Amino acid sequence: MMIEARGLVRTFKTKRGPVQAVQGVDLDVADGEIVGFLGPNGAGKTTTLRMLATLIQPTSGTATVAGCDLAKDPVGVRRGIGYVPQSGSTLPEAIAGDEVVDHARLYGVPKAKAAADGQRLFEEMDLPGLWRRQCKTLSGGQRRRLDIVMGLIHEPKLIFLDEPTTGLDPQARANLWEHIRGLRDRGATIFLTTHYLDEADALCDRILVIDHGKIVASGTPEALKQQVSGDAVRLSLADATQAPTVSKIAGELDGAVEVETDGDVVGFRIPRGGSVLPGLLRSIDAQGIELQGVEVHRPTLDDVFLSMTGRSLRDEDITPAQTEEKQEVVA
Amino acid sequence: MTTLRETWIVFHRAMRLSLRNPMWSILMLSQPLMYLFLFGPLLKPITAQISQGATTNAYQVFIPGLIVQLGMFGAMFVGFGLIAEYRAGVIEADRVTPASRIALMAGRVLRDVVVLVVQSILLLLAAIPLGLRAPWSGVLLSLVIVALLGATFASLSYSVALITKSEDALAPLLNGIAMPLLLLSGILLPMQIGPEWLQRLSDISPLKHVVNGVRSLFRGDISSSSSLWGLFWVVLLTVVGLAVGARTFRKESA
Repeated sequence: MMIEARGLVRTFKTKRGPVQAVQGVDLDVADGEIVGFLGPNGAGKTTTLRMLATLIQPTSGTATVAGCDLAKDPVGVRRGIGYVPQSGSTLPEAIAGDEVVDHARLYGVPKAKAAADGQRLFEEMDLPGLWRRQCKTLSGGQRRRLDIVMGLIHEPKLIFLDEPTTGLDPQARANLWEHIRGLRDRGATIFLTTHYLDEADALCDRILVIDHGKIVASGTPEALKQQVSGDAVRLSLADATQAPTVSKIAGELDGAVEVETDGDVVGFRIPRGGSVLPGLLRSIDAQGIELQGVEVHRPTLDDVFLSMTGRSLRDEDITPAQTEEKQEVVA
Repeated sequence: MTTLRETWIVFHRAMRLSLRNPMWSILMLSQPLMYLFLFGPLLKPITAQISQGATTNAYQVFIPGLIVQLGMFGAMFVGFGLIAEYRAGVIEADRVTPASRIALMAGRVLRDVVVLVVQSILLLLAAIPLGLRAPWSGVLLSLVIVALLGATFASLSYSVALITKSEDALAPLLNGIAMPLLLLSGILLPMQIGPEWLQRLSDISPLKHVVNGVRSLFRGDISSSSSLWGLFWVVLLTVVGLAVGARTFRKESA
């Protein structure tokens, strides 16, 4: 196990009294996995990550990270991990290459090796020719990749990425995902936080859904989606008055739930929606009812989140500026 | 040994960043000279009064005060730079490395001290043509005092910066401390020329004793009681300042 945490709790003192940001998190991450921590802003993702990265001490609970005990050997943990914070890790005025080399030297990497490794990583991370550039002259995507180089320079076996693509444009995000997958291919274990559903879906082998400081679900993206009771089927009728009949037929299907009628549309959920459709259509046809359209939707991670918490993650999708404000309160 | 090596790495980075900023270098060199040339001449007419017959040159009294002021004010506002680093995530990035927390602070403080000592030496050199005369031993000890004062105020400034994490909170706080410290320390004019009550009040300020100490070092009275008191106070301040700084850098919330 690369991470094994039990009962992690973190309470912050605020002006309005203590706030329990993380309320008893258990988690296991195996070697070579990409695990995503999915949840809305303020759910406790960053706080948990900061605890695991030795930046803040847990109020209670234990953890072993990269083979070292978090409480007894934080320095050992630091040696084994790379941490890419949301806020960046380089000074705008500094020279990119200098920041990388100095950072590596704090890990005890000799200067010459740090420079050679750093330049190689610059090539790998699509930062050619930027070694001697001031950090502030880099684009947002380049800056994030520079942060990742900073986090990788001492060859850690475990890498923490805090909201790696927040504030990036779609192209830069897709590009960064490729790089993150590449890290895993090199044998690193990756633990990242995100509040983007598509990111968790596209990138992670396993997802931990966190809300209000507690893990509410965990599994592969596929398994999580299957936990939601099936695919969503929507039938549009030519004649709204026939809706009750269609609704009755749908309700009699094996495993159909949440049958609802909205005007001329009948919707319900059913496992493996695609395979029940032919039979359903024949029954409807046998009644002489005409359909205008049929849709089947695979469940999304948002459906998972909705079914676990009663809220949609999409409502929480807010701008990066607001994210920072919320983080201040939590961190 | 590792801590020393890490301190050197942090120092080296901080120094390189400071030197890369040409505006900063120019300001750093010009400030003490501005005091010397724009404020110094004002002291000429009141030389007799402030030197109390012991010396005839105003700079003999003024320069020791100026270098103490440098040590104090030059270092007091370094916290702003640290907040900028914090904003950029640099402090966080430093803190996830296995480097000693003390080194992360000490390297930055060392940079500030080197800057202050260089500024002080420039100031002293510029004052020689104006009539400053002092024994080598006194000057060297005074530079040590400036370095210690700088280390004290730099680590205190870093501590406050790390705790507040906001320029808006840091600025009024530092100014609020700096003002009474400056006025009660006798840096610009010796407290001895003031009324009795003001002198008693200024006794509370350790800095006044430090300034008096440096003044007597410049007169060559190395073993005089005011020199020794000055040294005593500056060492005490340094111990407290560095301890507070180290504690803040170790603390998790920093």
